[in-house]
Amino acid sequence: MVRLKLSRREFLTVSVTAVGGVMFGMGPAWLRAAEDASELNVFVTVEPDGATVIGVSQPDMGQGMYTTMSMLVAEELDADWTRVTTKQLPLMLKRDPEGKLAWAWVGQGAGGSTSVVELFGPLREFGARARRQLLLAAADSWDVPVDELGTEPGVVIHTATGRRAPFGDLASRAAVVPAPEEAPPLKSPEDFRLIGKDFEPKATHEVVTGAAGYGVDVRQAGMRYAVIARCPWFDGRLIGFDDTETRKVDGVLDVVEIPGPPPGEPYSTMAPGVAVVASSTWAAMKGRDALSIQWDEGPFRNETTASFDAACQSALDAGDGQVVQEVGDFDAAMAAAATTLTARYRQPYVHHATLEPQNCFAHVQEDRCLVIGPLQMPASASRLVATLTGLDRLAIEVRMTRLGGGFGRRLTSDYVAEAVLVSKATGLPILVQWTREDDMAHDFLRPGGWHEITAGLDDRGRISAWRHRVASPSKYYRRPDEEHWQSEIYTDDAPVGLVDNVRYEYFDMGSGAWRGSWRAPAHTANAFAMESLLDELAHEIGQDPLQLRLALLGEPRVLPYSNHGGPNWNPGRLAKVLQVAAEKAGWGRKLPEGEGMGIAGHFTFGGYVAWVAHVSVSPGGELRVRRLVGAADCGLAVNPKGVRDQMEGGACDALSTALGQELSIDGGRHRETNFHEYRMMRIVDAPPEIEVHIVQGADEPSGMGEPPVPPLAPAVCNAIFAATGRRIRHLPVGDSLARK
Amino acid sequence: MDLEINGKTYEYDGDPEQPLLWVLRDSIGLTGTKYGCGIGQCGACTVHVDGVARRSCMTPVGKVAGRSVTTIEGLSEDGGHPVQRAWLDEDVVQCGYCQGGQIMAVASLLAQVPSPTDEQIDELHTNLCRCGTYYRIRRAIHLAAEYMKEKS
Ligand code: FES
Ligand code: FES
Repeated sequence: MVRLKLSRREFLTVSVTAVGGVMFGMGPAWLRAAEDASELNVFVTVEPDGATVIGVSQPDMGQGMYTTMSMLVAEELDADWTRVTTKQLPLMLKRDPEGKLAWAWVGQGAGGSTSVVELFGPLREFGARARRQLLLAAADSWDVPVDELGTEPGVVIHTATGRRAPFGDLASRAAVVPAPEEAPPLKSPEDFRLIGKDFEPKATHEVVTGAAGYGVDVRQAGMRYAVIARCPWFDGRLIGFDDTETRKVDGVLDVVEIPGPPPGEPYSTMAPGVAVVASSTWAAMKGRDALSIQWDEGPFRNETTASFDAACQSALDAGDGQVVQEVGDFDAAMAAAATTLTARYRQPYVHHATLEPQNCFAHVQEDRCLVIGPLQMPASASRLVATLTGLDRLAIEVRMTRLGGGFGRRLTSDYVAEAVLVSKATGLPILVQWTREDDMAHDFLRPGGWHEITAGLDDRGRISAWRHRVASPSKYYRRPDEEHWQSEIYTDDAPVGLVDNVRYEYFDMGSGAWRGSWRAPAHTANAFAMESLLDELAHEIGQDPLQLRLALLGEPRVLPYSNHGGPNWNPGRLAKVLQVAAEKAGWGRKLPEGEGMGIAGHFTFGGYVAWVAHVSVSPGGELRVRRLVGAADCGLAVNPKGVRDQMEGGACDALSTALGQELSIDGGRHRETNFHEYRMMRIVDAPPEIEVHIVQGADEPSGMGEPPVPPLAPAVCNAIFAATGRRIRHLPVGDSLARK
Repeated sequence: MDLEINGKTYEYDGDPEQPLLWVLRDSIGLTGTKYGCGIGQCGACTVHVDGVARRSCMTPVGKVAGRSVTTIEGLSEDGGHPVQRAWLDEDVVQCGYCQGGQIMAVASLLAQVPSPTDEQIDELHTNLCRCGTYYRIRRAIHLAAEYMKEKS
């Protein structure tokens, strides 16, 4: 137990409960909307002094939602950006007149780089409506026609009479003006004051002062902590456990069995386990250490990384995959080809390893449930909670905290299910906290696999035949509301539409490993293979790798694209970012011995990104990525600073992954246990120079969470080849340069 | 035992082996100090003990009895420490989860090496950032070093 000494006044601000929990009287400033603040709509609240609070409906996991989403509202509201603060909105659902569940205002969630695409129109409309209410309030009080009024940031003006009223003065009247039925017309892009420009980001001050709230920071009255011993084997089972010693540990309150998901069914929880509930995280962890548990190691107990690699290679050797795309006649084109090349590439399983381990707060009561946590998909969390509790969806309140990283891990709500099950069993408000070891042992991994590409060039040096074979387990499995099986190669991916004869073959590999969506999912693997092979081809025929790509992409034109970021794509936009990155990087200039540049580009999730990597490799094999130059076309860049953050951060994420990350499988479970084994890049290996150029190739925006990642690893490996003549075909790079 | 944290004194009578991290977070409610790995690898839990950066997940609370502990919440009044200012000016933050620990580590680094070179940063700054904000962290360290000089 801890007690604050000092004066009584200070004691009141931090009142420590007898069992070690803490209750706070106040949240951060933005949680305390002024009592006399006026809510114009769910996204816009204006205080009498003009301070404007913009609600953010999307969860933030580092993709800049607080800034980008509030810019959309503020633009049409014509808010004074310096007076804008943001607040996270909870999940907002309603029943439509037919009784069907629907979004109350806008779709909510973060995944697939979609927020800015889907909310670009709706959020501006909410801003425009609120502005209109302010205009109507001014028209009413000045008794002038509303059409004569305009705004400057934060002020309504009547030019004819020179009258001006700050938003704060009008807010209370505006809040009771009937909201306009039709959304007022939106600004045309040349009138944007905020969109597309650099402004100070929102909600960062609370991060640098330690006040920002993540899932692990949730503290609620009477809350208890739980840690869970989960079965580490894929599809393993709990045979039995003895909690005698655990219950003797000081602070331990209860022990609860957690059921695993039914075999073969969608994941509710990830694995069966035993939860220890205690008055503190430490007591819960000590209680867990004292458990004695028998597990059944499950049907995959013999799976290892080596067995998986071997199975993928034999599948490719046997060559009997399913043809998932066939354009033209690959075999005939190969028979006629002047030059052919085949190479195999290996991708490891990789882990999300969000720096904030999984966690969630839940309090299940008879007629309601409160869930607070780091959620990418609050509505699917709510659906799962309804299944587990039998409660009506509208009786489930879901609040989103900040996410200490997401990368696709928190699209799944297994950790929400755990908190709900423990709370339901104990009747207590519960925070389930995963340790790093728990997190490393249980993740929905980016599937590993082997790729084989065979390309043929005709006698004019044009690529005439292309076959991409992928041997990899699918991430599309055991999911609700989705087809059970889907290929890990997306059927419209380039070079479909660029090469006349293309065949894609998919080898659906068996593996027990938990699999899921990892930032830019299979694009990371597929782009590595494709962009590496293009580089190999260029060197084979003595052509410049950039020129080879430009020739392949050809003229700007619209091609259909059924997957992420469809319904179409434009190879001309990809060519453009390649050219910009190359030009800015000084592509083609002579470099000293041991240095090299590599280039790669990729389209995904509506965005076009190219990277040029400049590396050096010492005679001893020490790799330095000296400089990265990137070009990004995400259409209209609403928040250019945010785009640069995603490019810089995405490059480091992709580099960190390519250099050192592999989750290996050992006896049907994960081998790496913590960051000393799962190697994440530190500042020493981070590129000291990253230059980002934004190219606007369309009027509408597209998301930038994912596009920066796929082309980075091939650009670096192509640069390693240019520097050393060594081709990296197996990721991670690890110490492969030093060994040879 | 008495714990001095951010200038306030607390009386603690629990397990002296409990890591300082969990005492800060669960018992005192200072949640700005984050848990990332629990084994001294990531630095998300960095605090100052007598002004020097320590990984609180590896520091049994018994070891800080009678010493002065500063957490990110206590680094400055309202975010005005030069390192915090540099972090805002360079727009370092992405998800932000690591950043309290980064800032605490850098504040301690600059107290010892006021104008670090890139090589010194590479050697001395070892905190992990999963979001990959290293490029801006490096720039912010240099900027913070300038702010510190202006201040002194
Ligand atoms: S939590 Fe202490 S170093 Fe990672
Ligand atoms: S900003 Fe997300 S871990 Fe560093």
